[in-house]
Amino acid sequence: MQIVTANRLIDGRVVFRDADGGWVESFAAAAVLDAAGATAALEAARADVAARRVVEPYAVDVISEDGGLAPKALREKIRASGPTSGSDAAARAALFRAA
Amino acid sequence: MYVYDDFDHRFVRARVAQFRDQVARRLSGELTEEQFRPLRLQNGVYLQLHAYMLRVAIPYGTLSSRQLRALAEIARKYDRGWGHFTTRQNIQFNWPALKDIPDILEDLAEVEMHAIQTSGNCIRSVTADHFAGAAPDEIADPRPYAEILRQWSSLHPEFSHLPRKFKIAVTGATTDRAAVRFHDIGLTVKKNAAGEIGFSVHVGGGLGRSPFVGFELRDFLPEADLLGYTEAILRVYNLYGRRDNKYKARIKILLHEAGRETIRDEVEAEFAAIRDGALKLPKADVARIAAQFAPPAFAALPDLSAIEAAARAKDPAFDAFVAANVTPHRAPGYASVTVSLKPVGGVPGDVTDEAMEAIADLADTHAFGEIRISHRQNVIFPHVRRDDLPALFEGLVKAGLATANAGLVTDTITCPGLDFCALANARSIPIAQAISQRFADPARQAEIGPLDIKISGCINACGHHHVGAIGILGVDRKGREFYQITLGGDAGDAARIGDSAGPGFWPEEVPSAVETLVETYLALRLSRAETFLETYARVGLAPFKAALTSEEKAA
Repeated sequence: MQIVTANRLIDGRVVFRDADGGWVESFAAAAVLDAAGATAALEAARADVAARRVVEPYAVDVISEDGGLAPKALREKIRASGPTSGSDAAARAALFRAA
Repeated sequence: MYVYDDFDHRFVRARVAQFRDQVARRLSGELTEEQFRPLRLQNGVYLQLHAYMLRVAIPYGTLSSRQLRALAEIARKYDRGWGHFTTRQNIQFNWPALKDIPDILEDLAEVEMHAIQTSGNCIRSVTADHFAGAAPDEIADPRPYAEILRQWSSLHPEFSHLPRKFKIAVTGATTDRAAVRFHDIGLTVKKNAAGEIGFSVHVGGGLGRSPFVGFELRDFLPEADLLGYTEAILRVYNLYGRRDNKYKARIKILLHEAGRETIRDEVEAEFAAIRDGALKLPKADVARIAAQFAPPAFAALPDLSAIEAAARAKDPAFDAFVAANVTPHRAPGYASVTVSLKPVGGVPGDVTDEAMEAIADLADTHAFGEIRISHRQNVIFPHVRRDDLPALFEGLVKAGLATANAGLVTDTITCPGLDFCALANARSIPIAQAISQRFADPARQAEIGPLDIKISGCINACGHHHVGAIGILGVDRKGREFYQITLGGDAGDAARIGDSAGPGFWPEEVPSAVETLVETYLALRLSRAETFLETYARVGLAPFKAALTSEEKAA
């Protein structure tokens, strides 16, 4: 199983290709693809590069984990869910506590 | 502080306008990513793991309070309210949108800052001793020379497309705090027998996957020849440096493969051909630039401060702060103060917008508005009246910036690692946090004494692990993070690359491994006066390695 990811050109944010061919920030909304589907999605993603929507698209292996899907590689896990430590994580934790 | 003249202002603004046009052409599709990438890199813009990253130059680590306030405003307006000070005295913003970067650069230009040559295969922003202009052991302030090098190297047409990046560091002191033997060129100001100013020149030092201690190319280079000789080195490197393999493209590899003497001969031959040309530094120009770095007007004061002494006697927290974070100054009655960006459990080098503003305010009140960033990822107030230390400490406590650990076990150097960096194999920040929590007790830190722990999340060694007394390198082992330890590295005068201490540890084992090393040191040291590195130099790797091996077996 794979998903296709890239960075949005205008602001660099990590985005995932969804089932409608759009680019979304939520990993959970990414279209999960077989090998043929990933090849086709990457091809389409390259057209989105030409159309200046995203940069550097690539396919990521995903696995079943903790009752859901998650990227297989740690790098991709962190890329999908944000820094695990650092000032952003602290900021998020503080917000969470405040809420 | 160096103040931009009309040329500098025009130069930086022209560059902003040029990059604004390049970004517009990228967003309109006129430039492809392949065409745009080298242009953005030349302006400090990376595409990292989560977003674009903008690296802003802080030449030779010197900042004014006004500039720091501008950085705080940029963090708030365009980023997520914080920045990260790097091991090359720069600051990185981790979340800027590409569309906003021209505006950020415009705001930076307003306060005489930029991101030029903070990336790419060019001569990078020049670094210097963070106590420049303040240290008692200083022969001359290194920053005028670093500024001269900055001017010469900025958009130097011959050296804008080098085989690989090129880093220069300068120190003017007898104690090396700028890691000059681990730079492509390391310059140390010295005087010859006639009392004339010049430099010893080290070349080919570096960390990364092939670490080398720099080779002394010249014992004494006269001041006037600074640019001519540097140009000769760069020309030889540009001609012969490898372009077929980026991992073998740094000048350290050229020296290693071609032979040091061969390269020295080539450099000297090139220098002989150009030495009396346009690059000869006129004394008047050196003096004109040096005048801009003139120290503030220090009052005539006694060496010791009764106010400081009384406060130390009364307040143990202040006493501990002075012991760890306050260093001697060349002017009687003054000191330099390190503001640690390594609170227990914090992120080394990170600073919020509010903290930046608090530091700027304290600099204005107590430190002539002058600030330095150290390659150890801390902030320095170079010039503080000792009488002002208690008030400054109180201000730091209020701002949450009074951690008393400079140079101690929790004052780690740490790269951003896999939490942010597209090149990393493993995380660095959680390791630093776990170590600082393990050694949080201030009394224990003081008991252990000076100890540099340096952590990198990959072999590129931005966290300088090779030159840590304890170096920690994160690697990928079968898809899991794994950490290798080196011992006995030293970035300073006894420049030395650390020795491998064995196979390594899983992340959760690292704090205990460090604890084992610390306990081994404490058991072996002859007295409290013998530092970790001194003990290591005396007893060698074996007892430390044996202790770690039994730790591995136990785990």
